[in-house]
Amino acid sequence: MPKLLSGAEIVFKALEDQKVEYIFGYPGGAVLPIYDELKNHKSIKHILARHEQGAGHSAEGYARSSGKPGVLLVTSGPGATNAVTALTDAYMDSVPLVCISGQVPTHLIGTDAFQECDTTGITRPCTKHNWLVKDVNDLSKVLHLAFEVATTGRPGPVLVDIPKDIQFKKGKYKFFKNRLKKKLNGKASRKISNSELDKFIDLMKKSSKPIFYTGGGVINSGPDASKHLRELVSLTGFPITSTLQGLGAYPGDDPQFLGMLGMHGTYEANNAMHDCDLMINIGARFDDRITGKVDEFSPGSKKIHVDIDPSSIGKNIKVDLAIVSDVTELLMSLNKRFKEKNKNFVSSNKQKTSKWWEQIGKWREKKSLNFINSNKVIKPQHAVQRLYELTKNQDTFITTEVGQHQMWAAQHYKFNKPNRWMTSGGLGTMGYGLPAAIGVQIANPGKLVVDIAGEASVLMTMQEMSTAVQYRLPIKIFILNNEYMGMVRQWQELLHEKNYSESYTAALPDFVKLAESYGCVGIRAKTPEELDEKIKEMINVDKPVIFDCVVDKAENCFPMIPSGKPHNQMILGPEEEEEISDEGKILV
Amino acid sequence: MAKSKSAYSVPGKIGKIERHIIVVWVDNEAGVLARIAGLFSGRGYNIESLAVAEVDKKKHISRITIVTEGTPQVIEQINLQLKKLVPVHKVADFKRGEKDILFRELALFKILGSSKKIDKVRKICKKFNPVILDKTNNSVVIQVTALRAEIDKLALDLKSLGLISTSRTGAVAMTKGPKIFN
Repeated sequence: MPKLLSGAEIVFKALEDQKVEYIFGYPGGAVLPIYDELKNHKSIKHILARHEQGAGHSAEGYARSSGKPGVLLVTSGPGATNAVTALTDAYMDSVPLVCISGQVPTHLIGTDAFQECDTTGITRPCTKHNWLVKDVNDLSKVLHLAFEVATTGRPGPVLVDIPKDIQFKKGKYKFFKNRLKKKLNGKASRKISNSELDKFIDLMKKSSKPIFYTGGGVINSGPDASKHLRELVSLTGFPITSTLQGLGAYPGDDPQFLGMLGMHGTYEANNAMHDCDLMINIGARFDDRITGKVDEFSPGSKKIHVDIDPSSIGKNIKVDLAIVSDVTELLMSLNKRFKEKNKNFVSSNKQKTSKWWEQIGKWREKKSLNFINSNKVIKPQHAVQRLYELTKNQDTFITTEVGQHQMWAAQHYKFNKPNRWMTSGGLGTMGYGLPAAIGVQIANPGKLVVDIAGEASVLMTMQEMSTAVQYRLPIKIFILNNEYMGMVRQWQELLHEKNYSESYTAALPDFVKLAESYGCVGIRAKTPEELDEKIKEMINVDKPVIFDCVVDKAENCFPMIPSGKPHNQMILGPEEEEEISDEGKILV
Repeated sequence: MAKSKSAYSVPGKIGKIERHIIVVWVDNEAGVLARIAGLFSGRGYNIESLAVAEVDKKKHISRITIVTEGTPQVIEQINLQLKKLVPVHKVADFKRGEKDILFRELALFKILGSSKKIDKVRKICKKFNPVILDKTNNSVVIQVTALRAEIDKLALDLKSLGLISTSRTGAVAMTKGPKIFN
């Protein structure tokens, strides 16, 4: 007869068996039995956030930089609703999270009890799956299943709602392993057929204007996927572009890399996507920020799509060859097959793609990421470039908030390794970067973690600085401060006749004093002259830092594919701005 | 209005709308119907009719039959999205009008009137397996099974004969011959 354990003990037993080291959370009435049990489990460390959304983004940062699932513990009612933004964010960006929420005791469910809400109802559309556990003997099974659902196939968040009485009740514990018979989201560890591979290779050999378009799926598949991708790109000699989430899978400073594509992508990447005759999509999902107008998206190309989630294939764009697979598995067999039959492909194929590379060279000459620098005010792009130059020689992790600064970071910071770039792409959650940096720093002690932030975004979760100070996490909050919600301001300038409705933040705090009041270090840079010194100072402080980088207030983020224009007509800079049609203005 | 040249979120060409019957086998657990219905409402798909009941008492498997409309692309998404749900075991998809599939809906009609009128009602319903479930001096409850369009028409025809209440199920479906869905 196995020993009976309380629900709270079962929770920790399951977390231990899942090798969980950190949980991010916030206590409250309905999870008190679980918090009470925390002291008996030394291998698990709890990180106390200041808001459940912060705990959630920290868990995301932890997961994305470590490849392990992030664990989140919140109370019922407001605890759970506060976590919803983070769960939705994780759902959109395919981040494995396990959220454990307390619930009012089973006999009170449905009575509008204090701090009761329909947590499984609310989180149903923003999780891969969720469970309300009404019998303590189901608890261990559900918890292990939760980890499995979160981490298999296309990863994502799950939630386990545990009523308070179930946390007290005694029941049996069992470690369930690999219970899922169903192949979730095409987790199918299936063998890829040679005929599929040959078709793939054949398309590559026939192409004279090929391009790789890779995304977050490469990162999610693990560091090996990156390795194999680099091999494939060098075996073929083809150009490669990446989505926002895929940055780092391929070295950002490599000559075959065309930079990021999409709404704020480079001129060469977007034009190459438009004009190519073969598009090889590996782990990206033809999101609307990439495709623009679907009917006019890359009209002349054959398309290959590799995705682990069958529902991603054919959702937005029809493709010619669809392969449902994990990226690592596919690339491993593809590279092997390719090498067997195609010795010296790069040199023998050079002739065929030379015109293509020539064309790409012409696009590159536009230098679409250029900006007019100044020696009086700090240009935000310049600030990111200096940050990159001064941090590129150490293993640096970058998180961001959402807005102009995020796009400048994506454009000007060059990533060479996967899992070094954490940004909210799908949901676009302002306030993501600071708490995410906390999770990243916990997963990567001793490494440099910088949140490239905007002053508006960072104020949404600023309270988490207190968490960083409590756990001595020396994260650097690098604020490009233009006193505006910059991307909103930019759209208002370009699309709404410069009616800057509510996008200016009056009464901003003094970020240096704010830093000091949190017990961390505040640094301010006002001129380009002092920027380098101040950045070095920031890097060298072994404490959390809020860096107030005072930048040009009116700078816009270019290149930009404006609404109302076809995909291959980008605005490159202020001198090229064009009128945008009325119909274009209604679009987001 | 000038043709929009927008690069963003312009609706693409809309394909032909088809009506499909989608059959889903699910674990009969709390909230499973909300998951299915939520998937449809959340992604903007339409449910025209729905029939649910447990079909395997031992394994607690329910069979859900959903009638829906959409472009071929949307129908494909519905299938793929349904298959991703954890409690879903399998999904079968039929185009309305496919030859190898049987569809049935059931309806109950309550009609007020003299026995003469009620005889007339029985006559009209004759083709649709009518069963009198309840009868009084001046009322009758009659059950029919038929296709949707047939029931629509019946209800219309019965209106003048004293129909005062209609209750209908969603469609259920099954393949012809010895084959089953796999």
